[in-house]
Order: sequence, then structure tokens, then C-alpha cells
Amino acid sequence: MPSSKKIDRRIWEHPILEFKRGKEVRFYFEGEEMKGYEGESIAVALYASGIDIFSWTEDNRPRGAFCMIGKCSSCFMVVNGIPNVRTCREPVRDGLRIERQRGLPDIPRVTRDEEGLESKTLETDFLVIGAGPAGLSAALKAAEYGLDVILVEDHFRLGGQLVKQTHKFFGSKDLFGGLRGFQIAEELSKKVSSNPKIKVFLETLAYGVFKDLTIGLASKKGHYKVKAKNILFSTGAYENYLAFPGNDLPGVMGAGGAQTLMNEYGIRPGDKVLTIGAGNVGLIVSYQLLQAGAKVKAIVEAMPQIGGWVVHAAKVRRYGIPIYTRHTIKEVWGNNRVEGATIVQVDEKWQPVPGTEKDIDCDLVIISVGLTPDTKLLAQTGAKMKWIPELGGLVALRTKYMETTVPGVFVAGDAKGIEEATTAIVEGKIAALTAVLRVLGHVDKAVEERRQLVQYLEQYRQSPLLSRSRRGIEKATIES
Amino acid sequence: MSKEIPPFRVNGIISLEDIKKVNLLPPEERLKKGPVVLIECPEMIPCNICVSACPFHAISMDKIIDIPRVDWDKCIGCGVCVSLCPGLSIFVVDLSKEDKALVTVPHEFLPAPKKGDEVTLLGRDGKPLGTGKVVKVWERNKTYIVTVETPKELAFEVKAIWVKK
Repeated sequence: MPSSKKIDRRIWEHPILEFKRGKEVRFYFEGEEMKGYEGESIAVALYASGIDIFSWTEDNRPRGAFCMIGKCSSCFMVVNGIPNVRTCREPVRDGLRIERQRGLPDIPRVTRDEEGLESKTLETDFLVIGAGPAGLSAALKAAEYGLDVILVEDHFRLGGQLVKQTHKFFGSKDLFGGLRGFQIAEELSKKVSSNPKIKVFLETLAYGVFKDLTIGLASKKGHYKVKAKNILFSTGAYENYLAFPGNDLPGVMGAGGAQTLMNEYGIRPGDKVLTIGAGNVGLIVSYQLLQAGAKVKAIVEAMPQIGGWVVHAAKVRRYGIPIYTRHTIKEVWGNNRVEGATIVQVDEKWQPVPGTEKDIDCDLVIISVGLTPDTKLLAQTGAKMKWIPELGGLVALRTKYMETTVPGVFVAGDAKGIEEATTAIVEGKIAALTAVLRVLGHVDKAVEERRQLVQYLEQYRQSPLLSRSRRGIEKATIES
Repeated sequence: MSKEIPPFRVNGIISLEDIKKVNLLPPEERLKKGPVVLIECPEMIPCNICVSACPFHAISMDKIIDIPRVDWDKCIGCGVCVSLCPGLSIFVVDLSKEDKALVTVPHEFLPAPKKGDEVTLLGRDGKPLGTGKVVKVWERNKTYIVTVETPKELAFEVKAIWVKK
């Protein structure tokens, strides 16, 4: 692919963000030398250089970037002979040899050198799995009361999905309202990194729950068994797919995946965009694509009305982006990359109305049709789960103090049901304060602080426009 | 969907009618006196950033989900709330001049607008409404707060600007 050399999708000037790229690195992609920058992942460096296809299925269908946050499997490649490496989370570095997979890979002959790897059993007051808004604020709150904390994150940086949020947050000033998401991430991450009570494990996977709730962690440095008095699952969520012909074509991406590329790494995910779904994510990411220099052709929404706050919709309308409610995507076409899409109106029964098809000239289709809580690991604890559509799927039952049916096992943030970052921050603190009370016994200050946070959440969720998630939360909440 | 859907929830356009309904349209007499805030926030968002932003305590709420309430005599149209509103839904209008209006909008795109620039004026639906001269620009946390001259009849219609590259 000699032509790929010329392409550079990196954004060098942005109205909100400054991309501080690290040292230039050279690696090999199917024998061809390519460059990237320290701080990028392999998949990001490849996408930046114009590589749309990350793998092929057994029947030769190309696969491209989808979630870009380590939740899907679109970016599996062979790295230095090891197959199924999640390249969106693997840092790019000098000398790497990357190959694409075709169908399922062979089992590698050499997995890894076990020598020099640590193997330890660790004990802690509070194990936090996932370093997004809920996890970071929980770790800080627990540490403030003197608890020993272990914080585990599979990415190579802290902050979760806050790092790609460039819009200012709603809420109140004392809870980071008015700041941009990435600025909140910076502030929380700095505090966590400098806190001696918090031990951070980056690029570490919490992979399983064992007897007595021992949690297994694996990283390039070793293998750890963690015995914790309290465990918080702040594992976030993953993006939903949508079924339509062509939905697996490279260039059909999760809206969050596109947001990761452009705002975390400064890579323009496409030039001409069609957005599916007019919830807050679809509206906000469309606006941010404009800021990244892309053209957003349209936002389609199958519901009769916009799902997100109208102020977010007004923001994209003023720059001329049309919103088509009661419309959906019919199909996407292209040769190894999206080259266009057809949208169609739907009737009251969600059936396409013949003759209303419109072709959209686009090279990127972003899907923002909701998120699903990531509860796979949490469910292994035996916590009682319930299917609650208002919260995005299967979630753990819990008290208003965020404790599940397993004593000492907590959940907060999107993993407890889809909401947003401000509520995640508050829930993380509430979970941490409950862990504090379990470890230290009664502490007046912690009890009072927790009471105020619970009250704040109740008020925050009183808006009539949040009635759906409020209903979901009522269904998921059990007596404490 | 038994309840009636307000048109802005279908088309994403907040109209002057919508603003009037929630008492956020400045009174006629106040508009004549000079710059004043125009908050286009018709939904109960859990957000009170404008309340804490206002140096003159002109914006208030009882609960965080309330729609903001403006004390028109306290507001001087300084635009601090324009720079901080997370919804980018606050503007300032000045109808005190004889022959023109001044409209202040938030702006988060490159190239950065400069004083003296002739920029495209955009309406609520993104339609170009003509050009206007930038008379003032300041920046806060990467949001530009831009004041442009517009014809008087466009004072409530101009919602954004576009700077030619």
C-alpha cells in the first residue's frame, strides 16, 4: 500500500485542544515502515496514516475501527507474532511488527517470556476497577479518609472517557460544572497520581473473580491476586451496534470511537459525516467533528423527537447541520471504506416509508444509539443482576449507597446504568464513603458527607427530561 | 407519546416564543437601555453555572434543575455568563444604538475571530443572514466571546458567526 504513506489524518490545529505528541517512532506494518508518535496506540497510528482495514473476517469482509476504547474486537492484530492484540490500547513503539489477521489466528508458538514477571498477592482496603470519573473520584475520597486504595485501569492513561470530552459540563461549580471534561480528567488524574495512599496499575486487566472475592489482575509486568475489603466496579460502558446492510464496513464507527480518535489523539476520523442518533452523544460528537474540521451532513433520529438536551441540538443547528427525526439509516456502501449512505423516513410503526430515501455523500457514519453497561466482571461476584432497559441493559441491584447484594462490592458510573459523568463522580464518592464506613466503623463526617451527596443526586435527577433514567434507578435501587 | 412534543424537540431550534414562555425575553424598556442577557434555555437542565458565573447576582435559581431567572435591572450585559454557559445558549443583545444592534455570541472554531473582521452571521437554522463587523472579542477557557454589529431587525436572530478561512 504505497499510497498510504502520503496520508496524514492528524489534526495540527484545534480550537479547544493542544495535541502534545511524543517522540516520533518507526514501526512495520506488513513489512512497510510507518511512523507514529509516542502516546498513540497502534490502531491510532495506523488510522492516522490512512489504514482503514484492521483485519478481515474468514469470508473476506474488512473490519475497521469501531469503539477505540478496548471494548470491541475490531482492532485485533498480530503484534510481534502475538495474535489478538487489542491494538487500540497497545502503545505504538519503535520496531514493532504489525500484521493483519484473516479469520481466526493460529495459536502462537511462543506466548511470552515468564521470566522477570512479578507474581504477587496484594491486600487493600479498597480496590477500584476502572479509572474514569467514578473510579478516580472514589479513589480520592477513600484515600482522603485514610484507606489504602488500589486503582486498576486497562488503558495507558487515567481519566476514562473524560479525556475525550471537550465540551463544558453541566452541573454546579463545586462539582466541576463549567469545566471541559478533559480538564476534569486532568485535575482528578493529577490528584490521584500524587496521592501516596493510591497505588495505580495502568495497562492492567482485571480479568476474573475468584474465591473470597479475590480479583485477578494481569499486565505486562506480572500477575497479581488482590484481596480487598471493598471493591468498586467502575468499568463504564460500551457502545451499541445497529443492524443495517453495510454496518461492518470500515468507516462505520461508534460515535465514541470517532470522539476518541479526534479528541484523545487528534486524528480526524472522517471528512464527511453522517450521524445516527440525536441523543446527547450524537449531538455533542457532531459539534466536535465540526471543530475538528469535518463536515457533518446530517443527524438522523428514529424517534419522533431529539433525545438529547435541546441546547446541544441548537448548537449544531446554528452551523447548518440538519436533524431528521423519524429517520433511520437504510444502508451504507463503499469499497473497503464508507463512500455513501442512504437514509429513510420511518412511520409510526418504525417501518421505512418507500420513496423517502435520501442518499448522503459521506465517508464516515457514526453510531450513537445508546450504551450498554459493562458488567461482565461485576456479575462474576454473584451480585444480583436485573435487566432494566431504562439503564441500558443488565445492571446490578444496589442500595442508594451504591452497594450491590454482595457486601463490600460496589458499582458506580455508567457500569451501574447509563447516565453521565457528573452523576458518576458523585456516585463514586458515595461508594467510597460507604467503603470508609465499612473499614473504619462510624465516622460522623463521612456519614454527613454521604447524606449530602445522596441528596444532591436526588435533586440533580429531578428534571422531567430525566424521568426515564430516574425510573430505571428506582427499579435498580434496593433497601440499604 | 401522549403528551404534545414542543417543536424545538423535533427540529432543535429554540424560538423567541419558547424563550418568552419561560420569561427569558428581556422586557422592551430594558432592551432600550443597553446590553442585556438573552438566555435561550427552555429545558430543566441540572445546571446552575450561569448563577455562579454572574458577577452581579442577576441570575438565580431555587433548585439546580430550575430554568434560570434574570433580574433585568441587575444585569449589565457583561457577557461573563456567555463565556461560561456549558450549553453555549447565552447571548447578549444591545438595542440602545439608533441604527444598529450589537449581538454577542459564543464561538469555538478556528480561525479565531479578530476585531474588525467581516464575518458571516448565522441564524438559528444555520442560514447565512448576511455579514457583520466584529467589534469586540475576548476569550475564556477556549471560548471566544464575540460581539458583532448587525441590522436591528436581526438582533434576536443572529446565533453564531463564521469566520472565513
